[in-house]
Amino acid sequence: MSTVTGAPGATQGGAPKYTKKDFESDQDVRWCPGCGDYAILSAVQKTMPDLGIPKEDIVFISGIGCSSRFPYYMNTYGFHTIHGRAPAVATGLKLARPELKVFVVTGDGDGLSIGGNHLLHVLRRNVDVTILLFNNRIYGLTKGQYSPTSELGKVTKSTPMGSADRPLSPCAFALAAGATFVARTVDRNIAHMEETLKRASAHQGAAFVEILQNCNVYNDKAWNVLYDRESKIMSELRLEHGKPLLFGPVDDRRGLVLEGVRPKVVHAKDVPAETIWVHDETDPATALILAQLWAPDYPIPVGVLARKEESTYEGILVQQEQRAISERGPGDVAKLLMSGETWKIG
Amino acid sequence: MSETVAPTTAQKPRRTLTRAVIRFAGDSGDGMQVTGEQFTTEAAWAGNDISTLPNFPAEIRAPAGTLFGVSSFQLQFGSQRVYTPGDQLDALVAMNPAALKVHLGDLKPGGILITNTAAFDQRNLDKAGYAKNPLEDTGLGEKFRLYQVDISGMTMKALEDLPLNAKEKERCKNFFALGLVSWIYTRPLDPTLDAIKKRFAKNPTFVEANTRVLKAGHAFGETAEMFAEHYGVEAAEMPPGTYRSMTGNRALAWGLLAAAQRTQIPIVFGAYPITPASSILEELALHKRFRVRTFQAEDEIAAATAAIGAAFGGAIGITASSGPGIALKGEAIGLAVTAELPLVVFDIQRGGPSTGLPTKTEQADLMQALYGRNSESPVVVIAPATPGDCFYIAYEAVRLAIKYMVPVIVLSDGYLANGSEPWLIPDIKTLPDIEVKFRTEPEGFFPYLRDPATLARPWVRPGTPGLEHRIGGIEKQDVTGNISYDPENHDHMVRTRAEKVRRVAQEIPPTTINGPATGDVLVVGWGGTCGAITAAVEEAQMDGKAVASVHLRYLNPLPPDLGQLLRQYRRVLVPEINSGQLVRILRAEYLVDAVGYNRVSGMPLASQDILEAINQLLEAKQ
Repeated sequence: MSTVTGAPGATQGGAPKYTKKDFESDQDVRWCPGCGDYAILSAVQKTMPDLGIPKEDIVFISGIGCSSRFPYYMNTYGFHTIHGRAPAVATGLKLARPELKVFVVTGDGDGLSIGGNHLLHVLRRNVDVTILLFNNRIYGLTKGQYSPTSELGKVTKSTPMGSADRPLSPCAFALAAGATFVARTVDRNIAHMEETLKRASAHQGAAFVEILQNCNVYNDKAWNVLYDRESKIMSELRLEHGKPLLFGPVDDRRGLVLEGVRPKVVHAKDVPAETIWVHDETDPATALILAQLWAPDYPIPVGVLARKEESTYEGILVQQEQRAISERGPGDVAKLLMSGETWKIG
Repeated sequence: MSETVAPTTAQKPRRTLTRAVIRFAGDSGDGMQVTGEQFTTEAAWAGNDISTLPNFPAEIRAPAGTLFGVSSFQLQFGSQRVYTPGDQLDALVAMNPAALKVHLGDLKPGGILITNTAAFDQRNLDKAGYAKNPLEDTGLGEKFRLYQVDISGMTMKALEDLPLNAKEKERCKNFFALGLVSWIYTRPLDPTLDAIKKRFAKNPTFVEANTRVLKAGHAFGETAEMFAEHYGVEAAEMPPGTYRSMTGNRALAWGLLAAAQRTQIPIVFGAYPITPASSILEELALHKRFRVRTFQAEDEIAAATAAIGAAFGGAIGITASSGPGIALKGEAIGLAVTAELPLVVFDIQRGGPSTGLPTKTEQADLMQALYGRNSESPVVVIAPATPGDCFYIAYEAVRLAIKYMVPVIVLSDGYLANGSEPWLIPDIKTLPDIEVKFRTEPEGFFPYLRDPATLARPWVRPGTPGLEHRIGGIEKQDVTGNISYDPENHDHMVRTRAEKVRRVAQEIPPTTINGPATGDVLVVGWGGTCGAITAAVEEAQMDGKAVASVHLRYLNPLPPDLGQLLRQYRRVLVPEINSGQLVRILRAEYLVDAVGYNRVSGMPLASQDILEAINQLLEAKQ
């Protein structure tokens, strides 16, 4: 007979009380000093206790790249896989173990270039995973080639005369793929990052978070427009559900209005308050407009762009499995082998 | 073939044959696959041993009447052991000129040739490239027993009063051919009548139409003067038990189900549709009650990596494809090698390279399975011998993958996948145990701590408290699993991963020799050529030759007794449907002067060709 030992399933009962320290692994962190990844790691570790999930039920999956070293530094289960494929590995894991809390950590190259197809499909299927995409607009681990989010004309080692391909908006990509939760945050805005991570990880279904991250070695201050105290005021648009889209200096607030499907920046004082566009996280159509706004013409939205509740992929499959079992009983190979056309000899 | 005239109760005399090879050939839309499968069932009911060879174009509905649109189904059935679908045909049914042109060359002189005369019109003759009607060539009737039958016309006539349109009626004609051939070989119609009822359960008119046409074909044989005699093939002596017809792909799927039931852990099966592997995905998708979670992935890589993710989660992770897909999965298989996770990969080989011949068979992925990844990336490679053996090989793949925490590649092929044989249904309790030991004990745990006998590292399910750990594709220190770039450690890990695969040899049973323990020629084969090799070797043995054969189900590692065995014979012959892959390995591994017999036509090897190769080798020696 078969012997299966050590199949505990997810831990029963309430999770222990954790602190950030419980999620720090014993491995030396090997990112460059000053890398934005440190802040993200710290924020993730800090928000983990709030999940209320036993840490043995948490898994971090990554692909390849600087960001993908992340799982080694988390004292949870972790799997550092191959370039671009983390969403597929995570999908398989969730199919096997729907009860686990699974994070995917990826970057702009890993997630949108070599792994673009998998990112598309994990979002489309609405697999219940939280995806953190660190966007530094550069290939760091291979030492400085341009990425799918690098601006047109970007001069890098592989594009000495400037890149010829136009950048992609990760959030617009995620929305177009049908993601059920899409947010953007910034590595240097710790409070906002923590708040966004909490909301993303609480979402049931595929949650996508673009984290604007600094590569101080190969693409320093790529997000300076959101780091610099002066420019940030005019360039950061904080999204809050049900609140008007306002930004800019306190004494001269700017607002966004929608003219048909065209967004327009106005001086708030020049228009009636009720004409200012009010953010609605549950509206994917306006979220897609927001995802494409970019400085300098528009402010850059940060926060939750869109969210909706949908059945998860693995949830539907498990339901089908339970239905099949309840309708016809659990499978029995001996019976299956004898099913259909058989004949006896001797 | 031996023939004896036997007394018969029918009006026409009946000859008893020991075996017969029949091929039904027609347009892709003529229903030749259904006809062949149905005839196979009839022969199975009559207790024959059987081997089948479906052969169809890659195009779904190739233009009617063309040479490339011809679809065929061949089977051999007999009262003795049948090892192959047969080399040359005893009977050919050609539903149109194209089918005649493509297949006539395989018909034995004096063989039965049944043609559907209505289809031999100018249009079809032109499409097949016949300058004039071959049926009018007197040579054809002299060389073969030619029966020109107006199959289409008689089908239409039988259905005259039924409320079906002309096209619907015409489509029944394959059952006329089936009825006629069933009469010629005295096969029972009952299983086909049952099948018609089931197939058209929702449409009584179709049941009536197909039943009528089947019986009309049968009656035509009985009454038409052109058929002077018919044939019987007695039941074969086969081990007692309950049998069913089994194709290779279904057997692979069911073998997985047996493994899932035994281990009580779920299966996650990742696949991207590809010929000839897709039917495994489709079969498993029917069996959700067995806790099979099928995942039709966005691509081959996702199919493999999802299976790896599932294995990391403590499920049985499987992925299946054909050669082109396996090429795409290479990096992922390498990840499973270094992460030391149990992963099962089915490669249903087809003609290549690149897209190649999607619906034809080949054995040319052996080197890809062994070496088709970057760096030193050893995996276990095993291969089934027959369609029914696929059941056991799938089960064995799961057992080995879990026991050794290693990827296992199963090399099946298009011939085994679609071919069928009567399969003795096993008592699943007799299958070997699959021991699953998820580690739960935190004391002394390290992710790469090894079992001293198998070198397997512990399998830990995420969710187990106190065993949180990280693994990945970067080289790791043995035991601790920590990232390590240390030169000595890397060399040690390369050797350890290889040694782990090598130790699977302790699982391999002693090699069975078909024939004398020493002699002139040993024929070594693997995979779907097993039947053709066995048939050829047995024929050589009947001629008094000192020839034996061994069949390898384990290709990496090889059986521990193989090296010794190869030296018991003067010459070693390795027939393969590739340019000589196993033969190179045997030469390199054992320093024996093995020679290959290689033919890469997309079709199974013919046993007569293998016999000829054996004889040539025997003569060369003298």
